[in-house]
Amino acid sequence: MSRPQSQAEYLARLVPSSVAGINRRSLLAGAAGTGALLGTGLLAGCGDDAGSGGSSKDVSLGSNQSDPKPKDVLAKVTDGFKTSSGVQVAVNTVDHNTFQENINNYLQGKPDDVFTWFAGYRMRFFAQKGLASDISDVWSKLSGYSDAFKKASTGDDGKQYFVPATYYPWAVFYRKSVWQQHGYQVPTTLDQFTALGAQMKRDGLIPIAFADKDGWPAMGTFDILNLRINGYQFHVDLMAGKEAWTSDKVKKVFDTWAGLLPLHQPDSLGRTWQEAAQSLQQKKSGMYLLGLFVGQQFSNDEQDDLDFFTFPEIDPAIGAKALDAPIDGYMMARKPKNEDNARKLLEYFGGKAAADINLKNDPAVLVANSGADVGGYTALQKKAAELVGSATEIAQFLDRDTRPDFASTVMIPAIQQFIKNPKDIDGLTSSIENQKKSIFTD
Amino acid sequence: MSDLPLIQADRAVPPPAATTSTGGRRRRLRLLSRTDRVVITLMVLVPLLLVTGFVWLPAVATVLLSGTNWDGIGPLNEIEFVGARNYSDVVNIYPPFVPAIQHNLLWLAALFVVATPFGMFLAVLLDKEIRGSRFYQTALYLPVVLSLALIGFVWQLLYSRDQGLINAVFGSNIDWYGDSNVNIWAVMVASGWRHVGYIMLLYLAGLKGVDPSLREAAAVDGASESRAFFRVVFPVLRPINIIVLVVTVIESLRAFDLVWVVNKGRNGLELISALVTQNVVGEASRIGFGSALATIMLVVSLVFITIYLATVMRENRE
Repeated sequence: MSRPQSQAEYLARLVPSSVAGINRRSLLAGAAGTGALLGTGLLAGCGDDAGSGGSSKDVSLGSNQSDPKPKDVLAKVTDGFKTSSGVQVAVNTVDHNTFQENINNYLQGKPDDVFTWFAGYRMRFFAQKGLASDISDVWSKLSGYSDAFKKASTGDDGKQYFVPATYYPWAVFYRKSVWQQHGYQVPTTLDQFTALGAQMKRDGLIPIAFADKDGWPAMGTFDILNLRINGYQFHVDLMAGKEAWTSDKVKKVFDTWAGLLPLHQPDSLGRTWQEAAQSLQQKKSGMYLLGLFVGQQFSNDEQDDLDFFTFPEIDPAIGAKALDAPIDGYMMARKPKNEDNARKLLEYFGGKAAADINLKNDPAVLVANSGADVGGYTALQKKAAELVGSATEIAQFLDRDTRPDFASTVMIPAIQQFIKNPKDIDGLTSSIENQKKSIFTD
Repeated sequence: MSDLPLIQADRAVPPPAATTSTGGRRRRLRLLSRTDRVVITLMVLVPLLLVTGFVWLPAVATVLLSGTNWDGIGPLNEIEFVGARNYSDVVNIYPPFVPAIQHNLLWLAALFVVATPFGMFLAVLLDKEIRGSRFYQTALYLPVVLSLALIGFVWQLLYSRDQGLINAVFGSNIDWYGDSNVNIWAVMVASGWRHVGYIMLLYLAGLKGVDPSLREAAAVDGASESRAFFRVVFPVLRPINIIVLVVTVIESLRAFDLVWVVNKGRNGLELISALVTQNVVGEASRIGFGSALATIMLVVSLVFITIYLATVMRENRE
């Protein structure tokens, strides 16, 4: 499940799927188990129409950037590519959620030459299934990427399959004015963090804003605790199904979380992240662990009042240098019609020119290429870019680092169960482990 | 209403067939021109193909796929069969399954015991032609026009814990959609809101069709209002009652949109239909596992369908 990238997308999500006709059809088809059987879904059909033959002067791009703002930015980037290379890009835009729900059928049908996607297991999964092309040669021409970004673009076989474009880090956000008023200091250890939370409670604030109605926001809390307690490699192995959920290491994550839960905003399972962010905006809450997109709930003149710190250290041996920073970018289909142009397009997407266009036109994201002209960043964006730049490892988020079926059918209910009843950690972890064994079979 | 013509056709056709038996039929066949025969063949074949292709094949495929662990990727001949593992997983290690079954039954019970009688009650009131009954009729039927998904969204504005109307007006702090002890009831109120209007309209139509002389006769015999309704009017409404029964069962089995809009059928709002969708729709889907859930739902539906068909057929025979 993806996070809404903008207010418009969030609003679009509120429209029930049965109202948006196309989605309903795909839902019904899926429910009957036919969507997959028919092989070529709706998307594949669209791709066929948009990909105009095999002429050497064009290339097709399947895009999930369906909201006005990102769609406009992407149009500007592809215009830039046309100007520099003379190749026409046929952009085939599909509603964000529909794109994700149909990605299986889309990639097995007749996909566009290049398509938008996410880094992490979600990328490696399709690479491993042979549904995406190796683009290591494109990577050899790219510059301006840290090792962390390259690692995030690499498949299980050590080859690159993904070109990063934009990303947003997760951190603990707060309002400077509130902290100044009460004289709070940024905590650097878990004890300081807990003490700060207790102080906030005494000052009449909700220490940590919290929401998990949509199922994914609480994954961020699990991730950061796991990264701080057990480190990045354990996170990767756990998500890949190689570590047991019943291990003491996982139990310690839940234990620590159970200790912090009293500091969290109560009744989180009926609240959306927007509502939680508004409690931060209205100065009712002291902190909120979320992605950079939390700023969307603040008006323009409040943006300067928003600040953040990375989640404090729990184990000195592990430190506090790893974090969640999901990356969005591009991949190439398994058999593109215009392979040369597709590689050219990917090279352009990964280059400085595309990053500059992104940066200038979309203030809600950070660009992955460090060669970009970051003069246009707000203070918050600059700080976020520095945070990620100094990170030793970048995780992609629980639902991007593991099998999507495991994340949505097992982890979301499990974490919600934990929030409801934080006492039964043994029962919870063994239930997760049983289901994991059944899902991670191949 | 659908079973009424069946009964009449049953009664109307046999007598002539009995007298002229086979000879008559042969002559009628010969009367059909070539065009007629082509048209009839097409009229039978096209719907048959459609039903087979869009109902039976997917149903059979679902049952077959429920024995695999297919993830929707790769050619069909590489699908690996895992026997009954999906079913044992559903029952043994899938925590949402048992609540889902309970919620489906609860849904059926609530619609059947509360919403349907209430709709009937409203229909009887409106049938009295009280002043402004047109207005009430429209107001009560309005929710039926909206899709359940939209209804979920409308009620969300009332139920939201921090920003909803109910908590704002009453100063309460109840997490209507988030607290798993409360949310199933909150959702069923929203669902019942719509169902009541539907049932009301069905009964209203039925009541308008009741022969007024029956009521007059009951009144002359000195029956009280309620006695006349339960002893005279209600039995006459039998065809409507059967339709309402079927509609209620169908509504409770296909309940999906509402919980999906609220929280995708999690955390206290599990329903079989939502679990099927969670597992089958999306990237890297668990087609096999979801199909097992769908098959279970099919079996549950079949129980009700069988009961219904048995009832209708027994009636036809009588």
